[in-house]
Amino acid sequence: MASTGGKEKETALYARHRKLGARMVPFAGYLMPLQYSGQIAEHEAVRAGLGIFDLSHMGEFRLTGAGALAAVDRLVTNRVTGTEPGQAVYSPMCLESGGIVDDLIVYHLPDSVLLVVNAANLDKDEAWVREHLPEPVAFRNESDETSLIAVQGPGTERFLAGLTTADLAAMETYTARGGTVAGVEALISRTGYTGEDGFELYVRNDRAPELWDRLLDEGRTPGITPVGLAARDTLRFEMGYCLYGNDIDETTTPLEAGLGWTVKTAKDAFIGKDALVAQKASGIPRRLVGLTPAGERVIPRKGYAIRSGNGAAGSVTSGTFAPSLSRGLAMGYVDAAHAAAGAGVTIDVRGRPEAAAVTRLPFYTRGSRKAPRKTA
Amino acid sequence: METPKDLKYTEDHEWVRLDGKTAVVGITDYAQGELGDIVFVELPGTGTEVEQGGVFGTIEAVKTVSDLMSPVSGKVVEVNGSLNDSPEHINKSPYGDGWMLKIEVTDPGELDKLMDADAYTAHVGEGH
Repeated sequence: MASTGGKEKETALYARHRKLGARMVPFAGYLMPLQYSGQIAEHEAVRAGLGIFDLSHMGEFRLTGAGALAAVDRLVTNRVTGTEPGQAVYSPMCLESGGIVDDLIVYHLPDSVLLVVNAANLDKDEAWVREHLPEPVAFRNESDETSLIAVQGPGTERFLAGLTTADLAAMETYTARGGTVAGVEALISRTGYTGEDGFELYVRNDRAPELWDRLLDEGRTPGITPVGLAARDTLRFEMGYCLYGNDIDETTTPLEAGLGWTVKTAKDAFIGKDALVAQKASGIPRRLVGLTPAGERVIPRKGYAIRSGNGAAGSVTSGTFAPSLSRGLAMGYVDAAHAAAGAGVTIDVRGRPEAAAVTRLPFYTRGSRKAPRKTA
Repeated sequence: METPKDLKYTEDHEWVRLDGKTAVVGITDYAQGELGDIVFVELPGTGTEVEQGGVFGTIEAVKTVSDLMSPVSGKVVEVNGSLNDSPEHINKSPYGDGWMLKIEVTDPGELDKLMDADAYTAHVGEGH
């Protein structure tokens, strides 16, 4: 692989990935494992059993002080005040225009609020959050001290239960609690980006290699597979989960992106509220939808033009071969008037017009992830 | 990374082996590694005329798609049909079971324009 100048950072697990023969790629300023044994095999391992991921490139911001939760409520569209400690909330964070700065997870913890943001938006998010925090709320960027190991797959609870005193069975999806896993202190979060049951473990960098080694060791019997970023993308894609930079960005609103469920307009003022209320009232002009090409072997790619039945233009935002569905599929924006499931569109695939049908998301419906309890 | 000594290579990461008047063509180990898991290959039918440097097909990996360029001019005489059901041959055995086309070459001298194994290794090393 070509040298990139060596400016990328390494996670605490870099040496582990090299030893496992991972193909490393630069991603958001880090050298990350793209794949180990092969992306289709890794994808299938997560759906069938157990996969382990290094997600230490993600960003973590710690907010403390009176009013931290209320301050976050003004920054994000979803509601975080009124949640119990231990609740995690997925939310977009918007500009005044309603466009999305990032999508993130807010953890309401006993003594702090933790924001977990996309690696690619780390600097932008830090500046944005700091700019909008009231005085008494303290901000600390803990990204450089924090490692994140995710275990995902239908076998995860059974596998981890034997390695922790935390009562995993009692944890609903989108909750988190402190504990130890294989003797390593961790924030244990029942979250993930795969559509399978799973846990994400936030640990200090200096304990991450030990935890990784123990999980691989203990995982030998049930069978655990290291999974890279390539499979991470096909897993989330099959669930219709948005990827910032593809499906959502500063030019898309949560209402357009199918994230209206995260927008709690009954809340007091939050950045973007007026724009989103106005958009809802005047009509959302376009919708992010799933797209199934008529031909199984057709794989629409990001950027390909879509033409709706009424001639309106749209664009593919994510497209790939979906391993669990054995076919090409895509997500993209189409004119709202032609966004109903089954509506026919034409996608320009490298000069060839290919018929496709609007499809409800998720594409993959047999995931083991348990639905989280609905928050207000 | 494998780069067999008895083959010739193109800048776009195809390989060719001349057996008499028939050229066997595929993509290199470097190329399959860069592409990742391959899922579909679109190849021409037998009888198709191809040109050196011309596009003869498409290779779809999970995460990307790429054109295939012919290293030589001539007529396609055989296509590896096993790639339809087993495109993974290209990942696992790019110089063996992953072969793509057999071409009856118009001018064997065209191979002189291509890189040998050492030149190709250097080409890849420069980050191409």
